[in-house]
Amino acid sequence: LQQQHEDLSAKKLRLTKPSKSAALHVDLCKATSPADALQYLLQFARKPVEVESVEGVVRILLEHYYKENDASVRLKIASLLGLLSKTAGFSPDCIMDDAINTLQNEKSHQVLAQLLDTLLVIGTKLTENPSVRMRLVEVACKHLTDSSHGVRNKCLQLIGCLGPVEKGVAKEVESQAAKDVQKIIGDHFNDQDPRVRTAAIKAMLQLHERGLKLQQAIYSQACKLLADDYEQVRSAAVQLIWVLSQLYPESIVPIPSSNEEIRLVDDAFGKICHMVSDGSWVVRVQAAKLLGSMQQVSSHFLEQTLDKKLMSDLRRKRTAHERAKELYSSGEFSSGRKWGDDAPKEEIDTGAVNLIESGACGAFVHGLEDEMYEVRIAAVEALCMLAQSSPSFAEKCLDFLVDMFNDEIEEVRLQSIHTMRKISHNITLREDQLDTVLAVLEDSSRDIREALHELLCCTNVSTKEGIHLALVELLKNLTKYPTDRESIWKCLKFLGSRHPTLVLPLVPELLSTHPFFDTPEPDMDDPAYIAVLVLIFNAAKSCPTMPALFSDHTFRHYAYLRDSLSHLVPPLRLPGRKLLSSPVSPSITPHEDPSQQFLHQSLERVYNFQHLDPQGIQELLEFTIRDLQRLGELQSELAGMADFTATYLQCQLLLIKALQEKLWNVAAPLYLKQNALASAAAKQILEETYKMEFMYSGVESRQVVIIHHMRLQAKALQLIVTARTTRGVEPLFGMCEKFLQEVDSFQRCFISELPHMQGSFVDKLLDLMPRLVTSKPSEVVKILQTTLRQSTFLHLPLPEQLHRATANIIEPTGESDNPLRFTSGLVVALDVDATLEHVQDPQGTVKVQVLYPDGQAQIIHPKPADFRNPGPGRHRLITQVYLSHTAWTEPCQIEVRLLLAYNSNRSKASAKIPKSTWNESLEALPQSENGIEGTIPFSKPVKVYIMPKPARR
Amino acid sequence: LVFLCLRPGAGQDVGRSCILVSIAGKNVMLDCGMHMGYNDDRRFPDFSYITQNGRLTDFLDCVIISHFHLDHCGALPYFSEMVGYDGPIYMTHPTKAICPILLEDYRKITVDKKGETNFFTSQMIKDCMKKVVAVHLHQTVQVDEELEIKAYYAGHVLGAAMFQIKVGCESVVYTGDYNMTPDRHLGAAWIDKCRPDLLISESTYATTIRDSKRCRERDFLKKVHETVERGGKVLIPVFALGRAQELCILLETFWERMNLKAPIYFSTGLTEKANHYYKLFITWTNQKIRKTFVQRNMFEFKHIKAFDRAFADNPGPMVVFATPGMLHAGQSLQIFRKWAGNEKNMVIMPGYCVQGTVGHKILSGQRKLEMEGRQILEVKMQVEYMSFSAHADAKGIMQLIRQAEPRNVLLVHGEAKKMEFLKQKIEQEFHVNCYMPANGETTTIFTNPSIPVDISLGLLKRETAIGLLPDAKKPKLMHGTLIMKDNSFRLVSPEQALKELGLAEHQLRFTCRVHIQDPRKEHETVLRVYNHLKGVLKDYSVQHLPDGSITVESILIQATAHSEDQGTKVLLVSWTYQDEELGSYLTSLLKKGLPPSTS
Repeated sequence: LQQQHEDLSAKKLRLTKPSKSAALHVDLCKATSPADALQYLLQFARKPVEVESVEGVVRILLEHYYKENDASVRLKIASLLGLLSKTAGFSPDCIMDDAINTLQNEKSHQVLAQLLDTLLVIGTKLTENPSVRMRLVEVACKHLTDSSHGVRNKCLQLIGCLGPVEKGVAKEVESQAAKDVQKIIGDHFNDQDPRVRTAAIKAMLQLHERGLKLQQAIYSQACKLLADDYEQVRSAAVQLIWVLSQLYPESIVPIPSSNEEIRLVDDAFGKICHMVSDGSWVVRVQAAKLLGSMQQVSSHFLEQTLDKKLMSDLRRKRTAHERAKELYSSGEFSSGRKWGDDAPKEEIDTGAVNLIESGACGAFVHGLEDEMYEVRIAAVEALCMLAQSSPSFAEKCLDFLVDMFNDEIEEVRLQSIHTMRKISHNITLREDQLDTVLAVLEDSSRDIREALHELLCCTNVSTKEGIHLALVELLKNLTKYPTDRESIWKCLKFLGSRHPTLVLPLVPELLSTHPFFDTPEPDMDDPAYIAVLVLIFNAAKSCPTMPALFSDHTFRHYAYLRDSLSHLVPPLRLPGRKLLSSPVSPSITPHEDPSQQFLHQSLERVYNFQHLDPQGIQELLEFTIRDLQRLGELQSELAGMADFTATYLQCQLLLIKALQEKLWNVAAPLYLKQNALASAAAKQILEETYKMEFMYSGVESRQVVIIHHMRLQAKALQLIVTARTTRGVEPLFGMCEKFLQEVDSFQRCFISELPHMQGSFVDKLLDLMPRLVTSKPSEVVKILQTTLRQSTFLHLPLPEQLHRATANIIEPTGESDNPLRFTSGLVVALDVDATLEHVQDPQGTVKVQVLYPDGQAQIIHPKPADFRNPGPGRHRLITQVYLSHTAWTEPCQIEVRLLLAYNSNRSKASAKIPKSTWNESLEALPQSENGIEGTIPFSKPVKVYIMPKPARR
Repeated sequence: LVFLCLRPGAGQDVGRSCILVSIAGKNVMLDCGMHMGYNDDRRFPDFSYITQNGRLTDFLDCVIISHFHLDHCGALPYFSEMVGYDGPIYMTHPTKAICPILLEDYRKITVDKKGETNFFTSQMIKDCMKKVVAVHLHQTVQVDEELEIKAYYAGHVLGAAMFQIKVGCESVVYTGDYNMTPDRHLGAAWIDKCRPDLLISESTYATTIRDSKRCRERDFLKKVHETVERGGKVLIPVFALGRAQELCILLETFWERMNLKAPIYFSTGLTEKANHYYKLFITWTNQKIRKTFVQRNMFEFKHIKAFDRAFADNPGPMVVFATPGMLHAGQSLQIFRKWAGNEKNMVIMPGYCVQGTVGHKILSGQRKLEMEGRQILEVKMQVEYMSFSAHADAKGIMQLIRQAEPRNVLLVHGEAKKMEFLKQKIEQEFHVNCYMPANGETTTIFTNPSIPVDISLGLLKRETAIGLLPDAKKPKLMHGTLIMKDNSFRLVSPEQALKELGLAEHQLRFTCRVHIQDPRKEHETVLRVYNHLKGVLKDYSVQHLPDGSITVESILIQATAHSEDQGTKVLLVSWTYQDEELGSYLTSLLKKGLPPSTS
């Protein structure tokens, strides 16, 4: 019995291994009905097939294909052929002939279409081979006359993807069929089936994408397609027209029904504008989007898009916009509407009114009033793009954009505010427009308000009333939403510095100074007062006459604010206060900055310390580190650089100190206590290296090598210390092996950098590698110790730009004395608002940590949507953290801080290994390589006073 | 074929809407409205006009109601119960739900308040509603075997629809009232390219092109906001349905957005019931409401509460919606009298006011009003006018025509002078006929109907296989036999036709003699002809048979010497009628003579 069992298993092994094709063959032969066969094929399709056996499988499938009578099975086989030819590493040219042959006798349209699809897959894998492409295109042309839309569809797709693009080559290999791909495809623009028409246009667009220059003759054909009954055809046609208008913007086309001629881009623009009022919203979105990118259009066409003649009972009526403008220019303030204020004035000549203007008229007016918000957003985006390139258009579209600030959908409002910001350099807001803009400040959505603050930062206001209005509304906003404080201050800072002359006449009123009487001193902690001061001080920076208007306490407040809110209050040249005038005169350009020179000089000095005695080295390092740290504090633009180098020197200092320890000379067991310094140093160096690698943006691979090298040294140190302090050899085996693996992977990752590392630790280590691998742990340790001591200090090259990731928690402020009370066991939501700077990929790396007084720590991953991106390199985290705890007897503080998570897998080092091998090596490599995950705290902790109350029974 | 458009009401006049359409022998009544201006018989359409003395049910195939406004459905109970009609009445679901509320309200005012008799009763309204068949948007309803109707979204008010009426291949689209620009609670009207023979469109704003809705909305909101911030009270007189809901949504979202706290009240009454239906029918509303209803139904007002008489004296700011809309009576007038004296307050008239009402007086700037009992009321509060109309303007009408691509357009529901302008524009832009009949006038429109013919698949395939690609746009020539039998048309192959009719096949041959001057022998002439034809007709198979004759495809050519003149040869050309084309070409070719022989 036992014997038989063995036999069976042996057989099994032999049977399954050879190939999948055999099994499939057996299965398919067994199949009694088409349904059975289909089942087998479906099962087969679920499993992957190795590259070597693909061809065999294909042969078997084809064999069955010819035998099979049932169309559904043939269809499945055809689709499997396509799937198989997609297999990576398989070159399908060997099966192409067979695939083409199958087409010959196929009767079923569905199978035919599927086979063509397979050919498309094959063709896309063999794009480099022109003769193959030629053949496939020929095959496709032959089947273009098929009566089924599916087949024609696929044929056109095939031609679009594979049709000859290069003019020169095409002529040589030219055959009759594939003479003019464009003409063949163009003939199908009038196909009876809308799906085929769509496919034809798509194929044409595909050809364009592949680099073929489309002929201008297609334009008139495409224009006819705009009136198609089917939306997908119209949508594709709009795209085609756009493409052509970009290709031939300047050529001239006639206007039908008149003998005038216009530029093609203008004509196309008019036609696409017309599609903005199409019946299908898909087409409308498409059209509105494309309008934005037609910048060559002439300006009078462009301006028509905002034009809408109003009338009432055949009399001309002015739009609300025109009325507002008139009111403004007449110098009157809006007095509230009277009945009949908008009463129509002059009579209109009935013949002159054009109700459906052909062309661009009112396209954006329609688009912005569309019922689907997708269309409105697309229209706003298009407006933005066009306005950016045309200042006069920007001025005109302002009224419409301002109107969009009151859209019912928040996304649209936000989008239009952003758009306005982008074009703000081209425009100046009128007072009535400003009024509407400012009304939005009361919006309950924080995003909207902040976007609006950003907008106000860069708007031009024309009058001093405008400034006053803006200030009043911003202060109103401040009282309604006190959390907007920072954003409003910043907004006022820019508003002040942009309009010094407009602020000047307002100063006495704003500071409520009086020529004769002393007014009471305002409260210095009042955010509204600070807001006013921020506006004034920033205006005063470029307006030297302003400080004369200040009262005494204003100067005192200035000194205070300059210190406490230095990012908002600029240095001022105040009379009689020379000390406060700016220490760095702005005439010095950064590259000849003495502080930068200082940085380099001190580094230079450090790298030459080899000649000094150990004591001297340590002292020098300590001094340099101190200097660099101070430099970083003084010069904010050099802070990243200075911190980075200081950290590096600190690591080196620690290493030197650890190696100077006397413990190395004494027998191991005696120094269990004293080695604390060395192991602590090793640990700290490790931490610092992670900080260096992940906390700075702009670190290049040159630095990464050095950092990794430093880490390797720290690990070596750790190994030595452990070897000295632990008894027994067993644990050392593992450690040594691990260390050697790390050296190995270091070598693999940074092979290109090794030549630059002459005389370094790793350089020496690699020389000794053959010896290390064979020797016992104790010897390894000894070798390591000597190499570590003898190795030279590596020069750290500095990159161009280096920024340290920083985070600042704005909310909670940590000032509150009122504990946050909640019932224990339930949760309370804590609003966290923080700004992040120079953090790459904050969604993946930034975490919030909450530390409870009992030492319990909780890490929260904010949602990706909680991160906003207000500007390059800056991020904003607005999230809610849920807290919960068991009951406490009295309120206590918890700490909230932000962490930067890192994973050595994501590091720049591993990214250097080519992707394909990376995937495979992932499994093969030991775990250590696979990522050390950790977190670096990078914000100051904020204390929050909380009090979980026991639940009442 | 004839369309008969006859209007007991409607026509070139805003008021009663009631249109009769005869299409391919089917009679359909579109809307059944009443005139608000009259209190006597003239308020209802004159139904005796339709059938002089016959029963209405026999004459009309169905009645279609486009929306619930009384000028479109007010006469329905009178028509169905008092005049007598038992056929089907079609309307959309929301219309069916809201219509009886309005009718009941209307009945109450006329009968209970004004004390009129000879008016329909509540029971009649109920009975009438039982005859109503509700339809969904885009649902094709088969009224009988030939007549089918289909509803399209029309905006305007909740549940308003445009109807396509189709008999065979003729169709009419009736728009009712519609709106092409979306508002705060409804979307825009939409129709597919159905290419009807006739489009019957309303034309209330035939000569108006309106400004963007946003400006008006913003103005409205700004005014309300400013007044409320000042601590003033805002009164908005409205009619219970339609605009009121739009304004509610507008204020509600604004309050939500701006985080405002002042209370908004809505005077109760039938509005509560109506709001309930608005909540139910949110699929009929605009994109925003449809998208957000999962979180919150927009008609579940958070800030808008029911009004109580006592609230009017409360201190502090508030906004009140009160009925009726023209300030001529009821709650709105009461509140107005209380608040008129304070200049901090404001009244906003959201619509048109009829002459003689308080609303009209204050809008035209009157500051001192004489009230009942010789009281003089001084109006110090601000008076604002804010129009929110839900009809399509001239551009909107044109846009709809562009979407539907009708062959004829007929304008109703507007003033003659304004319609004239629009008519001219439509004819100029679209090159279609446009009509604007007066009240009671009949318009006949001739259509050019296409007649469907059944064709067997085999024949179709065979015929399409001949020739190049089938082209959708071009007419195509087909060969077959048309059989007209039992009112149906069929196109079949000749063989099948013969079989079906039990006839034997006859062959028709044409023969023609061509004289050629050729002194040579017969067989030489034949050879010359053969060579000539072979040279000319390269694409055809030309054969020289051993018996001395030539065949070109199936055409036979024989040559004999002329009995009298040996120098003249007679060529006999014979072909069947199927080869007529080739045969006649050949004869003309031969008549030109042979080319001089080279030998």
